[in-house]
Formats: sequence, structure tokens, C-alpha cells
Amino acid sequence: MKYKTEIDIAINKFVGKKGALIPLLQNAQDIEGYLSKEIMSYVSEKTGIKLAHIYGVATFYTMFRLKPQGKHIIRVCKGTACHVSNANSIMNEVNNHLNLSGKEDTTKDGNFTVMSVACLGCCSLAPVIMVDDNTYGKLTPDSIGKILKKYE
Amino acid sequence: MSLVIKVGLASCGLAAGAGEVYDAIQKHIKKNKIDAELKKTACIGMCFVEPLVEIYEEEKKSITYGDVTPENVGDIIDAFSKGKPIEENVIISNILKGSENKTFKKQKRIVLRNCGIIDPISINDYLEKDGYSALEKSIKNMSREEIIDEIKNSGLRGRGGAGFPTGLKWQFAYNAQNDKKYIVCNADEGDPGAFMDRSVLEGDPHSVIEGMIIGAYAIGADEGYIYCRAEYPLAIKHLNIAIEQATKKGYIGNKIFGTDFNFELHIKEGAGAFVCGEETALMASIEGKRGMPTIRPPFPAQSGLWGKPTNINNVETFANIAWIILNGAKEYAKYGTEKSKGTKVFALAGKIKNSGLIEVPMGMSLRDVIYDVGGGMKTERPFKGVQLGGPSGGCLPAELLDTIVDYDSINKTGAIMGSGGMVVMDTSSCMVDIAKFFLNFTQNESCGKCTFCRVGTKRMLEILTRISEGNGKMEDLDTLEELSENIKKGSLCGLGQTAPNPVLTTLKYFREEYIAHIKDKKCPAGVCTALIKYEIIEDKCIGCTVCAMKCPVNCISGERKQVHKIDQNVCIKCGACYDACKFDAIKKG
Ligand SMILES: Cc1cc2nc3c(=O)[nH]c(=O)nc-3n(C[C@H](O)[C@H](O)[C@H](O)COP(=O)(O)O)c2cc1C
Ligand code: SF4
Ligand code: SF4
Ligand code: SF4
Ligand code: FES
Ligand code: FES
Repeated sequence: MKYKTEIDIAINKFVGKKGALIPLLQNAQDIEGYLSKEIMSYVSEKTGIKLAHIYGVATFYTMFRLKPQGKHIIRVCKGTACHVSNANSIMNEVNNHLNLSGKEDTTKDGNFTVMSVACLGCCSLAPVIMVDDNTYGKLTPDSIGKILKKYE
Repeated sequence: MSLVIKVGLASCGLAAGAGEVYDAIQKHIKKNKIDAELKKTACIGMCFVEPLVEIYEEEKKSITYGDVTPENVGDIIDAFSKGKPIEENVIISNILKGSENKTFKKQKRIVLRNCGIIDPISINDYLEKDGYSALEKSIKNMSREEIIDEIKNSGLRGRGGAGFPTGLKWQFAYNAQNDKKYIVCNADEGDPGAFMDRSVLEGDPHSVIEGMIIGAYAIGADEGYIYCRAEYPLAIKHLNIAIEQATKKGYIGNKIFGTDFNFELHIKEGAGAFVCGEETALMASIEGKRGMPTIRPPFPAQSGLWGKPTNINNVETFANIAWIILNGAKEYAKYGTEKSKGTKVFALAGKIKNSGLIEVPMGMSLRDVIYDVGGGMKTERPFKGVQLGGPSGGCLPAELLDTIVDYDSINKTGAIMGSGGMVVMDTSSCMVDIAKFFLNFTQNESCGKCTFCRVGTKRMLEILTRISEGNGKMEDLDTLEELSENIKKGSLCGLGQTAPNPVLTTLKYFREEYIAHIKDKKCPAGVCTALIKYEIIEDKCIGCTVCAMKCPVNCISGERKQVHKIDQNVCIKCGACYDACKFDAIKKG
């Protein structure tokens, strides 16, 4: 399996601690960007936690991703403040710029994955997007191209 | 004398470019050998004019500038050093006319006492502001019962939404007999459009931690968890640093202040599920399970985390504690109304001028909050409604602006105080769309355990969607009300019980707008895409081609310098052409 050593390190870090499954999965996800079936089975095998339980947790929380992700993650805020500040037009422009139809969320070259989130806590700057760890606010559809260029 | 220069580096400051401003100041003072101490702080609440820089020689003569850029900050510093400070872009100051001097004075800052003033990751800054002296006072000079009584007498009610009296909650946890108890801080802040807790955690993490330690001591807990949503990386970072510092100083760990009180504190990151803000779901999530609410009783005070007595409070609730212990319950109870004491932090957002964070005494009217403290509307358009309490709350119209901020008065309107999110809307928002927006949110976030919450919200969403597309019937409004009642009654947790509120309040206060969608097949605010149409006005179009280039689906045709035309069958009504046309040649109807 790819990344076996890294996953082992993550497992060892949490083994025997109470309530460790979620941080363990967060750690495992950081390694490859998503939770593959293989990784979940491996975690189950190593920790003795039932695969059904792991899968149940992974599907319950939106933070866990079960599909491969683009190199950069674009989070478009669709919280209340952004919604009333025309977040839809920002989402349209992001999809438009990346030639995504809105049905698929990852660009063909695997560079970007687009997702909508429920609030980034920067509502004063609505509408807001976050690319990887950087937040951009007071956006208009025209500002999108320039921002995404930095990551292309 | 040397200068002190502070830069606000909280999340929205950083998003507005405060990091670059900080670097520019650093370079400028080094290059010009200016005798200045450059400090970092967090959110002072004036998020709408970020980046913010405060500058002073003596704190009594300080000036806070807004909209600072790396280009103009050098001039600001130089002018100040020469004793001739620049008078533009002054936001708050005690020597110059600041645009927000007045609005700032109307606030009473207890929870936000240190936010935007101290460096949040310097424990010494916190200690200088009497930090941890409430903890020392509690442990050395007060009995556990006295602490609980003090909190009870203050009248403090939980700031996470429900407003349960905090002292009483602590009493229940204290009464529980067990050798192991937990204290938990709810920092999940799921209401989309609210950021009070983020700002407090980023700006003054020690105040929350101190409140938690005092609570732990009072109820007899020796272990605590802060459950923080993962979307707040900076808050988590500051919490980690603060816990480490407090541990080094001996406020966390064994034998605190030489007594046999021990306390350890952990951080748990959320994994993205709104329902995990509900206390029983939150505990399940800490235990590593799916965050599904469970039936109460048993209440957490009897059987909470891993079956042990547990006390859960919100971030803002904890941030009040140290102040109350130091200043006394009486002093706290001076602020507020009969049944809602103290202050409340609100996150102002939407179409309001001063969007950001404010703290006002309970009892202020919504009108004063929005117009006096919040500076009124940002756009030319008039006020239409204010949304309080997020997905559990409601939209109030202009007629209700004299409602006062207190738990019971707001409940009477059908909205709720909630955690403090206040989203102001002008006439460009459609209330049917807003109701649909929230229903979509709760429907997505329902954990699926109760049929009414799971299926009922879905049915409501279908109806609202139908109305917003012009296919609604008048009977739909009755069905919505009926479903609402059933969902409220048949749901296990607060998510389902309050999910209908956004629909019920908009139906109550903005019914004519629903009727316009149903009978006239019109969306008066021009939001619901199925009911609007973009058309090019032949007389006005000069054929500049800009709109055609902007259209994402290439449905605008026309030669350069010729009148353009939109193919209505293909148009997705994104409005890009409407925004782009500089000649007002596109009409929306
Ligand atoms: C669906 C749902 C979401 C909630 N989200 C939060 C939240 O994000 N933060 C919070 O402090 N309380 C939230 N609550 C309220 C908590 O269940 C609980 O009442 C609160 O944390 C108690 O703290 P307090 O007494 O200090 O307010 C939520 C409740 C429900 C039903
Ligand atoms: S009311 Fe909704 S969110 Fe709450 S437990 Fe029931 S299904 Fe889950
Ligand atoms: S942008 Fe306006 S003026 Fe230019 S072609 Fe389009 S409708 Fe005509
Ligand atoms: S509204 Fe959008 S899709 Fe329709 S014509 Fe204008 S730009 Fe094109
Ligand atoms: S609603 Fe978008 S950042 Fe809060
Ligand atoms: S985050 Fe900077 S003033 Fe609010």
C-alpha cells in the first residue's frame, strides 16, 4: 500500500487514546488528500475498529472525502452573509473559469477541487472564498481570475 | 519616547491583507530606524475597514487607522512621529475625530474586553490585564459553592443559543456524585453568518480557558475539552499556544495554586457537521462516533462524556466568567434587562455598514444596534429585514425594529436570540429565497434520525422550491405551516425543533412576497431565477460586445456595434451580462 509508513505513524500516534478515531482519520486524510477504501480497511485491521463503524464516521462528517482531490482546494462560502452578497455569482464564475459544469468538482488536470462551505467566519468581507489556507474577501466575479491564477 | 504600533491579524484582517501591511511596517521602521515596538493583536470588531493599524506613544492618545495599505502605512507612521498625524481614515481615536468614535462608545465590552487590544498569544499581555487573577481569587478565596452562587447571582445565561442559566447548570454538575467529571467548551459555531466565537478564540483565548478552569474547579471536574470547528485554523492555533502557556505557568496541570485541584485540557477539532453543535451530538463526536443527538434525560450533568457528569458551555459564556468573578455579580447584573443580564456579542453582517463584531448591553433595541452601533445600511437600498439566530431563528421586518435585545422579547417575535449572528438584508434579498436557503441548510444537516426532521424538511424544501419557480399554489402556504408544526413536535433535538422558524417568520412577516411568487409569478426582489428574465434594450445597446464575452454559456449574439440579443432558451440567468453592461442596456424583469 502507498504511504504505509505514514499511515502507521498516524495510527501509532492515536492508538489507545480515547475518542481517537476522528483525529486519526483526519491525519490519515491529510496524507493522501482523501480516505481511500484501502486506507480505511487498513486502519480497521490495525486498530480493531469495525470497518462499518469507520465508514459510518467517514460518511457522516463532510470534512472526510472519499474521492481523490485536486492539488488546490477552493472553498466557496455559501453562508448567510455570503448568500445575501451574491455568493452564487462567485460560484458561477469559479466554475466558469475552471470549465467545470457544476456537476463534477475537480478539474481534469487535477489542479483544483471546488466545494461550497457554510461559513468561513469572515462574513464582514462577504462574499468570501478560501483557496487552500488563504482567504479572499470582498469579491466580485471579476476578481476570481486573478486569484486563481496564483495557483495555476 | 517610542511608538507602539499594533496590527490586527485575525482571520478577516489577514484576508484583507493585514499580513502585507505588517511586513511593510516592519521594513519601514527598520529602514528608517524608527524607535517603535511593532505588536500583533486580533479582532477589535471593525472588520469592515480592515486592515486596521493602531498607533500611539501613550495609550491615552491613540489613533486607529482603517483601510491601511502597505503603500500608505509608511506615511501614517512618519506623520505621527512628527506630531502631525494624518486625519484621513481615522476609525477610532481619543485625540482625533474618528469615524466610529461614537458607535464604539455605545458598546460595553466585557467579553471583548481584550480583543483587539492585547496580543492573543502573549500570556504576559493577558496577565497585565488581570488575567488569571479571577482563577486565583476563586481557588484561594472562594468556596466552590460561593463561585456557583456568584455566577447564579450575576444572571448570566448561556450564550450558545438556548439561554439556560449558567449558574444553575453548574449547580447540577456540582451536585452529581462521581469521582470523574468533565467540562466542555462548545466552539463549534455552526450558524452560517456568525463569527463571535471565532473572534474571541482568536483574540483572547486565555479568557475562555480561564473561564473553563474556574468552571472545572467549581463543579469538580479535572478534565476538559474544547470542541472547535476545523474551519477555524487560526483559533485552534491560538488555543494550542494558550494552553501550552497556561500549563507552563501552572494554571493547568497538577496542584494548581498549591491546592489539590488538578486540571487537564484538550482540543478536539470538529469534522464538519452542524448538528455536532448540539450538546449530546457534540459529546458523541468527541468520543469518536457519528455526531447523532440522543434523548435527554439523562442530561449531560448526570451522564455526559463517556457516561460521566459533564458541563457544556459556549465560548462566550466562558469568556464572561473571569470578569464576573473579579467585578462581582452585582456589577454584571447592572447591565441588561430583568431576565437577561449583562451584555451580548453580535456579529453584524450582510448589508450593514459597520459589519463586524460588537458587544452591547442587553435591552438595546434592534434599531439602535443596527443604526447607531452598526452605522445603518451599507447600500442605497432600504432595510428589508434582519435575520437573527441563523437556521434556528427568523427574519424580522422593519416594523419590529423596536424589539429589544433580550431572550424573551426576541422569542416572542418567533425568531430567537441564538448565538448572535445578525444578517441585515436590503430590498435586494427575497424572503422566499432566504427561507429556501435555510431549509436547504437544515435539510442537508439533519442527521436523519427522526422521520419528521428528515422527511418533513425535505417536503418543505420541495414546496419552497416550487414556489420560487412560480409553480406554487396558495394551499402550499397552509401545508408549510402544518408541516412546520409537525416537525417542531416530532423532532428529537433543537435542529429539527427549530428548523421551521425561518419559514414561519417569513410567512408571518413577508407573506405578500410569497403570494407574489404564487399568484403573479413574480419575484419582487429579482432573485428567484426562474421568475426573472434578462433582456437587452435595443435603443440603449451600442454593441460593445462586453456582455457576450462575459456570458458563461455563450448565449448572447450580435456583431460589434450592432444590437445584441440573448437566447432565452439557453440563458442560465447568472446576471453576469447585467453586471457587465456599462450602458444600462440590459434589463432584469
Ligand atoms: C443543531 C444545534 C446546533 C448548535 N450549535 C451550537 C454551537 O455551534 N455553539 C454553541 O455554543 N451551542 C450550540 N448549540 C447549543 C448547545 O446544544 C448547547 O445548548 C450550548 O452549547 C450550551 O452552552 P450555553 O449554556 O453556554 O449556551 C446548538 C444546538 C443545536 C440544537
Ligand atoms: S431533530 Fe433532526 S438533527 Fe435532531 S436528532 Fe432528529 S433527525 Fe437528527
Ligand atoms: S454590454 Fe450592453 S451595450 Fe454592450 S453589447 Fe452588451 S448589452 Fe449592448
Ligand atoms: S444572464 Fe448569464 S447566461 Fe443569461 S445571457 Fe446574461 S450572462 Fe448569459
Ligand atoms: S457567511 Fe460567508 S464567511 Fe460567513
Ligand atoms: S477580524 Fe479584524 S476587526 Fe474583526
